[in-house]
Amino acid sequence: MTDLTTTYLGLTLRNPVVASAGPLSQTVAGVRSLADGGVGAVVMYSLFEEQLRREAEATAALEDLYDDSHAEALSYFPSIPRSAEDASASYLRLVEEAAGAIDVPLIASLNGASIGGWTKTARRLADAGAAAIELNIYFVPGDISMNGAMVEERHLAILGAVKEAVDIPVAVKMSPYFSSVGNMALRLDASGADGLVLFNRFLQPDIDLDRLSVESGVTLSSPAEARLPRTWISVLRGQVEASLAATTGVDTSDDVIKYILAGADVVMTTSSLIRRGPAYAQVLVEGLAQWLAAKGLTLSRARGLLAVPDEASADAYEREGYVSALEKAKSTYGSLR
Amino acid sequence: MSTQAIIDGNEAAADVAYRLSELCSIYPITPSSTMAELADEWSAHDRTNIFGQVPTVIEMQSEGGAAGAMHGALQGGALSTTFTASQGLLLMIPNMFRIAGELTSTVFHVAARSLATQGLSIFGDHQDVMSVRQTGVCLLSSASVQEAHDMAAVAHASTLRTRLPIVHFFDGFRTSHELNTLTKLTDDELRQLISRELVLEHRSRALSPANPFIRGTAQNPDTYFQSRETANLYYSWAPKVIAAEMDKFAELTGRRYNLVEYHGAPDADRVVVIMGSGIEAVLPVVDRMNAEGARVGVIQVRLYRPFPSEAFLEALPETATGVAVLDRTKEAGASGEPLFLDVTSLLAEAVSSGRRGSLPTTIGGRYGLSSKEFTPAMARAVFDELAAETPRPRFTVGIHDDVTNLSLDYDPGMDFEDPQTLRAVFYGMGSDGTVGANKNTIKILGSEDGTYAQGYFVYDSKKSGSRTVSHLRFGPNPIRAPYLVNRAGFIGCHHWSILERVDILEFARPGTVLLLNSAYGPEDTWAQLPEPLQRRIVELGVKVYVVDAGTVARAAGLGSRTNTILQTCFFAISGVLPREQAIEKIKTAISKTYARKSAEVVRKNHQAVDSALEMLHEMVIPADAWSGHGLLEPVPGDAPKFVRTVTAEMLRGRGDDLPVSALPVDGTYPSGTTKYEKRNISDIVAEWDAEACIQCGNCAFVCPHAVLRAKSYPADAAEGAPEGFLSAPLNAAGLPQTRYTLQVYAEDCTGCGLCVEACPVKPVDQPSRRAINLIPLLERDKEKKAVEFFESIPVNDRSRVDFGTVRGTQFLEPLFEFSGACSGCGETPYLKLLSQLFGDRATIANATGCSSIYGGNLPTTPWAKNALGRGPAWSNSLFEDNAEFGLGMRLAADLHEDLARARLRELRDEIGDDALVDGILDAPQRQGSELTDQMDRVLRLKERIAGLQGPAAEDLRSVADHLVRRSIWIVGGDGWAYDIGSSGVDHVLASGRNVNVLVLDTEVYSNTGGQASKSTPLGAVAKFASGGKQTNKKDLALQATSYGSVYVARVAMGADPQQTLKAFREAEAYDGPSLIIAYSHCIAHGYDIRKGLEQQYKAVNSGHWPLMRYNPVIRDAGGNPFLLDSPRPRLSLRQYQSAELRYKVLKAADPVEADRLIALAQEQVDRKWVEYEDLARKDAHQFAADPRSRA
Repeated sequence: MTDLTTTYLGLTLRNPVVASAGPLSQTVAGVRSLADGGVGAVVMYSLFEEQLRREAEATAALEDLYDDSHAEALSYFPSIPRSAEDASASYLRLVEEAAGAIDVPLIASLNGASIGGWTKTARRLADAGAAAIELNIYFVPGDISMNGAMVEERHLAILGAVKEAVDIPVAVKMSPYFSSVGNMALRLDASGADGLVLFNRFLQPDIDLDRLSVESGVTLSSPAEARLPRTWISVLRGQVEASLAATTGVDTSDDVIKYILAGADVVMTTSSLIRRGPAYAQVLVEGLAQWLAAKGLTLSRARGLLAVPDEASADAYEREGYVSALEKAKSTYGSLR
Repeated sequence: MSTQAIIDGNEAAADVAYRLSELCSIYPITPSSTMAELADEWSAHDRTNIFGQVPTVIEMQSEGGAAGAMHGALQGGALSTTFTASQGLLLMIPNMFRIAGELTSTVFHVAARSLATQGLSIFGDHQDVMSVRQTGVCLLSSASVQEAHDMAAVAHASTLRTRLPIVHFFDGFRTSHELNTLTKLTDDELRQLISRELVLEHRSRALSPANPFIRGTAQNPDTYFQSRETANLYYSWAPKVIAAEMDKFAELTGRRYNLVEYHGAPDADRVVVIMGSGIEAVLPVVDRMNAEGARVGVIQVRLYRPFPSEAFLEALPETATGVAVLDRTKEAGASGEPLFLDVTSLLAEAVSSGRRGSLPTTIGGRYGLSSKEFTPAMARAVFDELAAETPRPRFTVGIHDDVTNLSLDYDPGMDFEDPQTLRAVFYGMGSDGTVGANKNTIKILGSEDGTYAQGYFVYDSKKSGSRTVSHLRFGPNPIRAPYLVNRAGFIGCHHWSILERVDILEFARPGTVLLLNSAYGPEDTWAQLPEPLQRRIVELGVKVYVVDAGTVARAAGLGSRTNTILQTCFFAISGVLPREQAIEKIKTAISKTYARKSAEVVRKNHQAVDSALEMLHEMVIPADAWSGHGLLEPVPGDAPKFVRTVTAEMLRGRGDDLPVSALPVDGTYPSGTTKYEKRNISDIVAEWDAEACIQCGNCAFVCPHAVLRAKSYPADAAEGAPEGFLSAPLNAAGLPQTRYTLQVYAEDCTGCGLCVEACPVKPVDQPSRRAINLIPLLERDKEKKAVEFFESIPVNDRSRVDFGTVRGTQFLEPLFEFSGACSGCGETPYLKLLSQLFGDRATIANATGCSSIYGGNLPTTPWAKNALGRGPAWSNSLFEDNAEFGLGMRLAADLHEDLARARLRELRDEIGDDALVDGILDAPQRQGSELTDQMDRVLRLKERIAGLQGPAAEDLRSVADHLVRRSIWIVGGDGWAYDIGSSGVDHVLASGRNVNVLVLDTEVYSNTGGQASKSTPLGAVAKFASGGKQTNKKDLALQATSYGSVYVARVAMGADPQQTLKAFREAEAYDGPSLIIAYSHCIAHGYDIRKGLEQQYKAVNSGHWPLMRYNPVIRDAGGNPFLLDSPRPRLSLRQYQSAELRYKVLKAADPVEADRLIALAQEQVDRKWVEYEDLARKDAHQFAADPRSRA
């Protein structure tokens, strides 16, 4: 079979199909089935640490809410020993167990919006055996007092703090909503991001017309949604040191191939694996291999084949006879430099 | 090394008992529960005893079970102990005789409590321990927290040496719940106290097949009597042996105790004898009187059984000419109380045998029943009585007995306290954290070198909006004051609503410092104070500080939690510690409490501490500016006399002053008194949107407090309605001139929000609102007038109400209203429904528990009457016997119905109205209208027979009410139905009699604070299941269906109110035993209770709580009696459980175990569902036939 070995975040992967952060990795068995299904690496579901902190606060409040209010019941719960770390303890334990249970790299995912306890948690994730950390910097569009520069600075600060804390590679899962996505990518790259994951999908709520209510439903992504990340990957290919990961909109191996051609080092998916089961990863991998074989291409040759070329290497594109493709790309993407 | 600690009496005793035992077999009962809970926690945390083992703690189904297990373990050679009180101790009596008869070493630790007599009381006295003095156990009394610790050790050491079981007791609440400074015994000290040889001997007496013998034989007239005499020597030796153990203890620790302790003048002429914490109220009186030239003394009895006659005679000065023996118990009909009788017979014998020269005048008095205060002033009155020319031979002290005139007068103004002790009183509300913060304060101050601290907390009887009063003392000397603080140097009032209702300066003295939590600010607060309070402030020269703690708390993100802010202010004003140091210590205490739970909570509280002082201001007291308004009257002026003169006094906090004559002789109180007490406990209340409302009745159905009432009425009835009275056209075809009102009883609303959650309507233009919403209660008077007007409209005619729909039931008058249950209670909506459907002909037997407390705890009770004066008749017998109690009610009703029918036939001619007689005898009495007709007929009958003479007519008059079908309800929680009353429930269900058993299933012992029952689900954390419940929940419903003659339903109002309604009606209509198991969300589940209905929905739709009915009537008709009423589970168990703390805490503490248990629980749910579906598909003949059926 065609050699699909891939380097992502400095890690060697057996193939470029990666399970992205999602519900399938919530248990050791789930992580194992993903690895057994054929992916090159597994990104764990996101640890929403701040949410866990808020929950811990709410729990603490509930625990003694009714204490000392009636002579017969001075409390309602036994005191249970637990550590101050327990907000993220079960995640860490899962990372530890899952990392030992699979033979592909396990990437932990940290989700949050402020610096908080990230650095400590990141270090503990590394200790627990995570091969890398994916930072999922998630701003709920609520605080409209922050301007764009502040948002960008916050990203860089978080990345800097985590990089400082750990020796393992750190990827940043980006939002597509920066006023200059490309520039932000360059700045993250310059600040030491080992990888950029494009893009974070905001789980935006819907409205139920019958019940007149806001519904916080989760939907799986569709191939059409791949166009935006693919565009930006093809732009960033060759412009950044960091590895590039594509995520969103993978349904068939065609979608994987398109991302590779656009320049992705790895292609991530959750939706297709939820729809068709973890073993579907192997179908994606085989589809990629067959296509490469049919086209007589190696993976590294195919990777970035349709990336937007650097002006300096435009000649090369011509020589390769891809002018029409370039023209189409330019008309699609516009001139970027 | 010995260590100082500040703990309560329960912990003091349990700490020793646990370390000296291998097994604790327990059952929760107030006020001893804490001992068992601590033992369980220690065991769960792997704390070892002095033998290096982790003791086993096992919760049993009742105290009888705990004693049985204990007896067995003792026969197995294990060192066993138990903790109990009151009725629990009574349930142990049969085993106590056994254990004592077999000379078995063990200790029962008892937080001594009142017994249920004319009323139940959870509070402290010696009625329970005095009820076991005949069993052959030794009785050893502790008088303080330190003694509870030390005597526990003496008891464990002594029981091994004497071979006699020992009841070690201390006063419930007064000692069990008092925090005080004590010196803790180390493991080493305990090891030196407990003889290893004796432990081995105890073990060697165990049953063993390696050395078999038989113990527990049946004996005959030839030898039983002699056998009873064989152990006499053990009892004669015991006092000396125990005294020797006390001596050994003194050598080890320096703390000396004697069986009988004398304190006072060696040549005293007057001596008081007392047992328990009361001694500490007598000691300062003795000292002061002797200093003033009197010759008095007091004897403290520590060992009561075997009675230490020799030690007593030695202790009592020969000079004593008057002895007053005080008993904290009541033995009605006896010639005196037990301790008094022991002392008098001892003295008489001593004199007649020449052991003592003269017989002092000996008088006996009762004091302190049900934690009634016993103060030095009262003790002084006893000494004074002894000095009287002819002292009353029997007396009481601490009450005003104006019937038999037994009570002694005393001067409550006397102060015997150490002037160096700072006394403080804090008024708070339940769950506002005041008590918790005060406990922290005590620990902070008590940890200072050379500072002693004491805390005692008084709670009122309500479960929502309850008032707490904290009594704190601090000082350089040990604090021995087992009575409430008086003449406090500091008083804190943490809620404005309290000072509007009670005299918060009741415990003040000149110069008291008063801290008010007031939103009015330092300038405007004065004008808002009730005038009597203003006058007291001026009169006493009270220094007043004001803080707006609510604002500080909200700014810090603490919501309404103001406790740390007020605690900080206390430290700042009282000067008990340098300010900086105090703040530092408060912060440390906060960190200690919350660091392991939530860093956010720590941060916010620290912030609140820092900003508290900025908002603290001293108030300038105007010399002469009065507000002109008094305290709020607790009940309206037109309330019945009893309510105005008796109930109102209790509500004012002056129940202690009520004389004996004011109270009913047999515990019978008027029904429906909660309606007079407008508690106004919530700032937010429900508001009805008349326009948006579709009048479905869902909100009224789920309202736990019966504050939503619906009426339909002719349009003209609304004429003259006051402003604020809302009305809408009735949403029903064919009734165009009819209006509808959903009245909110705003002053009774607790703001729980269940109604909002139940409302299916969202007004089109306001999607975030419902047709009922919570709003701030601003215009109390307007609301009051609207309610008054609403009440003037007649209640809907029951014969015209559709009982079969939720919508219809809203028009039925609730006869269970405004209870003191928790805000948002999951149980009370079922009781309210019961009262609406059947209340006017229901008799209710209520097991002890939450429902008996909010249902029957004074001052006011919620079971009410309708305009005709009919309503549920309610009673509580015990915890364990409720099913049997209710069955008895049924049997009596059946007998009297038979009698009534027989006499009615006999008197047919005299009555002279065949249509009436036949109408009554043949009435079907199924539908609401048929029952209304029957009630009318019976009324007419009563008129007809009013003048008839003769025994038959007298009989008929006495039982005529039974001609209306009596509805018997047996109500209780899961602790009763699944555990302690399980065999009774089973027996009553098997009886075939027409009773209705309603189990309010919260899956935990709610009333005593969340202990596991056999209803607690697998994996749920509860007390005694702190590692997650390890067994499956019992399927009580399936068990009951096996009889074939029991109507069974499992309901959850929040998931399917219509099914609930149907089940209640079918159960009641069924002529045989019925069982309804009702899912009741509870604060012990740990979530915002406003989401209670949603959790009910999830419980059902995850398959945890499948709705079902089993109706034997259907089987008789040839159909499948098993009706599965809920849809196939569409949620995972995890989705249901993830919202509840009882599951979440295990996930946090032991995620692996939590995952294991939830997986098992899910499997169980899946399996159960298959089983239920199978049952629902079967044919009639595959179910047991109802043997009573002739079909």
